[in-house]
Amino acid sequence: MDKKIEDKLYTLKYKTDSNCHLCPDESKCLQCQEKTCTIICPANVYTYNETEKKLTVSYEKCLECGACRIICKNINWKYPKSGKGVIFKKS
Amino acid sequence: MTEENIQNKVDVIVIGAGPAGVSAAITVARGGKKVVLVERANAAGAKNMYGGVVYTHAAKEIFPNYEDAPIERYVSKHNYVLLSKDSSTEISYKNTNHNGNAFVTIRAKWDKWCVEQAVKEGVYFAPNTLVNELIVKNGKVCGIRTDVEDYFADVVIIADGVNSLLAKQIGLRKDIKPKNVAMGVKEVIKLPCEVINSRFALSDNQGCAMELAGAPLKDLFGMGIIYTNKDSVAVGIGVSLDDLKEKKLKPYELLDEFKKHPFVAELIEGGEVVEYSAHLIPEGGYNHIPKLYTNGALVVGDAAGLVNNVHFEGTNLAMLSGKYAGETALDALERNDFSENTLCLYKKKLENSFILKDLRTYKDVVQILLGRTSSFLNYYPAKVNEFFEIFTTADGVEKQGKFRKFTKDFFRKRSLAELFKDAVAGIKLIFGVLK
Repeated sequence: MDKKIEDKLYTLKYKTDSNCHLCPDESKCLQCQEKTCTIICPANVYTYNETEKKLTVSYEKCLECGACRIICKNINWKYPKSGKGVIFKKS
Repeated sequence: MTEENIQNKVDVIVIGAGPAGVSAAITVARGGKKVVLVERANAAGAKNMYGGVVYTHAAKEIFPNYEDAPIERYVSKHNYVLLSKDSSTEISYKNTNHNGNAFVTIRAKWDKWCVEQAVKEGVYFAPNTLVNELIVKNGKVCGIRTDVEDYFADVVIIADGVNSLLAKQIGLRKDIKPKNVAMGVKEVIKLPCEVINSRFALSDNQGCAMELAGAPLKDLFGMGIIYTNKDSVAVGIGVSLDDLKEKKLKPYELLDEFKKHPFVAELIEGGEVVEYSAHLIPEGGYNHIPKLYTNGALVVGDAAGLVNNVHFEGTNLAMLSGKYAGETALDALERNDFSENTLCLYKKKLENSFILKDLRTYKDVVQILLGRTSSFLNYYPAKVNEFFEIFTTADGVEKQGKFRKFTKDFFRKRSLAELFKDAVAGIKLIFGVLK
């Protein structure tokens, strides 16, 4: 867990959607060398566990910016359902 | 449900209650037509973030009573800062005759206030409404599909922001390329009003807009911002998504490094981070503006890539593009013709305004700078600081030798080829803007 980003995300309010709105094609993730999603996401939604060979998608932290969608074509990216997701109050 | 079902049919549907959407909706309502403004968030502004300000000219044009809005501070001072690793050179512009031409506001408050005004003028506001897709029939956009129901309109105005999945759905735009978009990350840092006044040399309702370039952003194509709210300061960076990808840098770590630069650190010292946020910024400019209209639909604001990144202008382009789209929809309703033949009026309005004129002026700036990022956004800012270090230092050593060394280093430490490329880029920038 990256404490720096967790502290930042702690300042935010969310109304969590019951379903994940970010669906990477996991078979392709295993072959992907760069795993750019784990770098460019401003909310550290994507983490890759080398030993388990597993990509974890913490969609509930998502800021809905769309960076992962633009950087990777293997993510079925949607907005969270009506009224769900992040709520900015002071930005 | 069919289009003929009158119950679910209005004159205009606007998707997205940001500055562009609300301006379009209020314009249609003022023309006496029935308009619904839908928003996927639970409240207007809840999904919105900016690294910026609202420009008075646009605010006044849409909301003559804008001074009643929850404004944090008027931007009375505009500062440009070049950073090297441990020094800074700052230029500050202020005209004491007026309070500037922009103001700082918090989007959750400002966007909400704008929608309240729109509702007072007859706009029907529907929050908690995500549009899953546009309904297209016989080559014309004729409505929206939501989780709940289908809704129909003669004109649909697409104001769904930078990602604009809807403009993409109907083929008005292709997917954005990483080099044509910047990642903006920002923190709002709480500080007492008096502390802000003293650190930025401001009086109570005066504010400062600051744009920074140089060392903390390494060789990335990006800049930093610091804006003053009433009792908080917004600190952020906007960096090319392509550069983050290539250099494998995490945006929030870069923001932390930016905050640690002594110049920035002094301004926010002792403050508490009260909100972190991130958003993409369209950077493609004139050359990547999508098709702006099709039968039954218009695209406005960030969804249409209408951002002037050289001047950090976006909210004003959004609001006025919304207004022109609203006017175009009214014209189409008047003629009862919703085809491209009528809706092309929107593009003409944009072309006749500062929006497309300015974007055309700067059409090559980003491409030129992208090729010379390391020079213009890192090397030269460092050199400027080096120069002022020499210029301001009194240490008993004669000046001429120092200036000679500075000039010699300038040519020796940078290959002639690089200097030549910089010069060519510089000339292209100047001529590109003036021609």
